[in-house]
Amino acid sequence: MPTDTTPTGSQTPGRGGLYARLSVAQKRTVWAWGFLAVPILFYVVIRFYPTGNAMVLSFQEWNLLGDRTWAGLDNYRTLVADPVFWQVFRNTFAYLLLGTPISLVISFVIAYHLDQVRFLHGTIRALYFLPFMTSAVAMAWVWRWFYQDVPIGLFNNMLASVGIPQISFLRSTTNALPAILAPAIWAGLGFQIIIFMAGLRAIPRSFYEAAKIDGVSSWTVLWEITLPLLRPTIVFIVVLSSIGFLRIFDHVFNMTSADPGGPLNSTKPLVLMIYQTAFSSYDMGYAAAQTVVLFVILLVVSLIQLRLLRDR
Amino acid sequence: MAQADELTIRATSDTLLRAQAARKQASAAQFVRWMLLFAGGVIMVMPLAYMISTSLKWPWEVYEIGLIPQEPTLENYTYVLEDGRFFGWFVNSLVIATITTLSALFFDSLVGYTLCKFQFRGRYIVFIAILSTLMIPTEMLVIPWYMMSQSFGWLDSYWGIMFPGLMTAFGVFLMKQFFETVPDDFLEAARIDGLNEFQIWWQVAMPMVKPALAALAIFIFLGNWTAFLWPLIVTTSPDLYTLPVGLASFGDEADVAWELIMTGAAISTLPTLIFFLIFQRFIIRGVVMAGLKG
Repeated sequence: MPTDTTPTGSQTPGRGGLYARLSVAQKRTVWAWGFLAVPILFYVVIRFYPTGNAMVLSFQEWNLLGDRTWAGLDNYRTLVADPVFWQVFRNTFAYLLLGTPISLVISFVIAYHLDQVRFLHGTIRALYFLPFMTSAVAMAWVWRWFYQDVPIGLFNNMLASVGIPQISFLRSTTNALPAILAPAIWAGLGFQIIIFMAGLRAIPRSFYEAAKIDGVSSWTVLWEITLPLLRPTIVFIVVLSSIGFLRIFDHVFNMTSADPGGPLNSTKPLVLMIYQTAFSSYDMGYAAAQTVVLFVILLVVSLIQLRLLRDR
Repeated sequence: MAQADELTIRATSDTLLRAQAARKQASAAQFVRWMLLFAGGVIMVMPLAYMISTSLKWPWEVYEIGLIPQEPTLENYTYVLEDGRFFGWFVNSLVIATITTLSALFFDSLVGYTLCKFQFRGRYIVFIAILSTLMIPTEMLVIPWYMMSQSFGWLDSYWGIMFPGLMTAFGVFLMKQFFETVPDDFLEAARIDGLNEFQIWWQVAMPMVKPALAALAIFIFLGNWTAFLWPLIVTTSPDLYTLPVGLASFGDEADVAWELIMTGAAISTLPTLIFFLIFQRFIIRGVVMAGLKG
């Protein structure tokens, strides 16, 4: 076939004559590598090289201007000895351990009931899903306004109008973290509800009919049939939302931007610490070490969850 | 005989009544369920309702807890748009999200197709290598990306904001799954018709996975429209901010009124909300599709 053009990528097989002599299978292989050439370049330069670079940098010291100098394990030693890091570590896990179960339970309860409702089903579903279509930054500012003191913030104004003493949300070291978590949970519920409902739909009707004939209570059906069959869906949602809460940043940064992660570091998650170390203090090696720790945390948490939830 | 008949009739009407009562009870329970779900849904959209309502209020009314503005005004929108910055940020976000989405759709489906439909040595390794990048958090890459951008002069440019998102491993995985549903016979027929491999992919295979492409497009567009960390790092001049970065800097300015911040938040949220309301069924199907296969 002399009209055959060479592949679009960089893997040009030389002159048409050479290409024409290849077998059909070989020609297809040439095309395949041609298609993959640019993407492979992208993944090597934009994903793999930077990953290696971050790991190497975590053993170095660098302030973005001078030379990169080897520091051995210094960055990691500093990190372990840094009380702020441990505070940040606790905060990060507080987001995870509060956020994941709360959003899982709420979204399941809503999905379970919404699944059995026909009237205006689509409209109600849309109401729950809408917050998912928003940007975290915009919503962080909306909620930040809600949380202000009297006479500005909506929540405290509402409390005041019914005579309840006001609550300090973002200025309190104990209330600020849950207050920041709330909009993060709120925005993610819609997605989880949709996934749960798809999971519920996938359970064959015959299981329920059999249970009905046996006269089993709906509570038993829920625990003995629905939840066990939903395990893959639950695993998926737990892993995905855990990764999300461990990487929380936009909400915290925008709701506490006068003193990011404050008050007194009580809301600071690991990603915010990384951002500040790298782009406020320009301590690049130290920040890279923190990103490696984040990577390890994400990996370990996902693997543990997959193990725990998949087996048994 | 007559007595027996009467007994049967009474028994029948008794069960009927009981069934009716049970049904009534069930429908009452169903009604309560519906009301609670509906109330929950209304609470869910309250923050959005307050954002929009406050953006339509005059300053004197902003701190009233009433949802409906007494004298609705577009004054805040006029003010924010006349200021000009939000318009620029809106354009930046739109251009960046559109280009990144198109690029990711093109390359992700091309790679997904190649890994699905071509047999060659190294295929599995390439697939695993790309998939493994899903384990690497963006936060780990931003520092090296910043160093790269600095040495290549990509800081503070559209390209600098866009380059990390031009391809996604998630998209490759998703599209590979969906190309499995395209029968090889179709591709073989096209091959016999004399189409080259690129044409077969573009003209035959791609139209068959349109729903998957649409689902992927929604996810990628939304992700880029709302992206914050990387655009915050790579941009320094306000002209190049995307909407989220612009809104964050706007909110941090001294003495910015809350109704103006709500207006900015509404400007960056309304496009996606309206898009959702128009294509609701389609978007939800796409989310489920991408969510479950991905």
